[in-house]
Amino acid sequence: MKLIPLILAAFGATAAQAADSIIVQSTTSTANSGLYEAILPTFKDTSGITVNVVAVGTGQAIRNAENCDGDVLLVHAKPSEEKFVASGGGLERTDLMYNDFVVVGPANDPAQVASATNITDALTKIANAGTLFTSRGDDSGTHKKERVLWAAANLTPADASGTWYRETGSGMGATLNAAVGMGAYTLTDRATWISFQNKSDFKILLEGDETLFNQYGVILVNPDKCPNVDATSGQAFIDWLLSDAGQSAIAGYKLDGQQLFFPNAPK
Amino acid sequence: MGDALHLAGQLVLSGDPDLWEIVLLSLRVSLIATLIACIIGLAIGSLLAVSQFRGRGAVLVVINALMGLPPVVVGLIVYLNLSRSGPLGFLGLLYTPTAMIIAQTILITPIIAALSRQILEDLNHEYAEQFRSFGLSRIGQMKALLWDGRFALLTVALAGFGRAVAEVGAVIIVGGNIDHLTRVMTTAIALETSKGDLPLALALGMILLTIALVVNGFVQSVRSTATRAAYA
Repeated sequence: MKLIPLILAAFGATAAQAADSIIVQSTTSTANSGLYEAILPTFKDTSGITVNVVAVGTGQAIRNAENCDGDVLLVHAKPSEEKFVASGGGLERTDLMYNDFVVVGPANDPAQVASATNITDALTKIANAGTLFTSRGDDSGTHKKERVLWAAANLTPADASGTWYRETGSGMGATLNAAVGMGAYTLTDRATWISFQNKSDFKILLEGDETLFNQYGVILVNPDKCPNVDATSGQAFIDWLLSDAGQSAIAGYKLDGQQLFFPNAPK
Repeated sequence: MGDALHLAGQLVLSGDPDLWEIVLLSLRVSLIATLIACIIGLAIGSLLAVSQFRGRGAVLVVINALMGLPPVVVGLIVYLNLSRSGPLGFLGLLYTPTAMIIAQTILITPIIAALSRQILEDLNHEYAEQFRSFGLSRIGQMKALLWDGRFALLTVALAGFGRAVAEVGAVIIVGGNIDHLTRVMTTAIALETSKGDLPLALALGMILLTIALVVNGFVQSVRSTATRAAYA
């Protein structure tokens, strides 16, 4: 085992935290949409801090943060985030920004989702028609939201898992690729949808229901529980995100002329 | 396909620094992993080739089976060890290229050990009589076999490198696919696929394939030059 440190030294391997840098455990929806590429250079310029983003599902991001593998958590599943803070994993949780979820599907719309009055009606139509629906199935923020929506409609699609209800167990992009591939409906956050480039004939069939609101929160991983956490740099990043400069950077990120995230940090 | 080919050509010609950073990290991680795996794997392979002991058959079955280690399982095991809450967390290696090197080394060492064992054992059968007449020690036999089998062992190293540079399951877990830090070709391809940018993903795949071709071509030319010199 003596060989290992030697080999590491020989190849000039450096720990990520060596320089002034932090790790943010975040979600595929924020990373795949290009938000971080758009706003992080500004933060780096003003603070000198490099932000390294690990993009996984919200469930995995929280588990990684519980293992102390990150300085900041930026995800979208408020109940899980509050549980994470309550159990001592993180300090304070603050609202950061929001967008919304939408139901997308093939243009021919076999279950007539476009004529649904709200999300409950839309899901009921899909279940009754037995048309294909792809679910993330990965305990991500989007998946958590989707399960809440089915439950609110008094439906248990898991019973149909493998038939019309297809759980991909993958990220949002991979699930959208699967949905497009098999002509299935799916629930996606708007940012990932706008930035997704393999839309084929798919389009948004249901949007605007207020229960489809998608809130993102930001949390500093608890430095008392995780001594490796760079609380100073992590807090500096959070403070910047919540400041006017950070909030306007988030609002200013547009793709195809559409704003992807709407800042709503408490004043 | 045509679009992707065109895009691949454009990307290479444009000399995009981000692309080269990813390509170089892929090469660095996988070549170092291959080097370390060769040091460990060839030692195990040559030792097994010249040794007879009880339970040898079982050891060979295990090493051969480990060639089929799923990358994502290796990634998980390395993650659990390098995580801040794991036994080696104090090293702070998670989400670094070093973590990716460790994972790939674990992944390909059994391949190098198993394949080299087979080659060297066959060679050992040919040499057994000479070894006896020279009265060579076990270490001496291992050295002689490794040297005489070196050209065949290059192919073994290439098999290991191929597995390392092509895998995505392990490096995406322990590296985290962090831009400008741990993003390599395969994780970049996975990312572009999930963004739905399939032509770009395919173009990156073609570039990865080209790198593999260049590495293999380089080794091939070294081998033929060296073979000519050896038998001249």
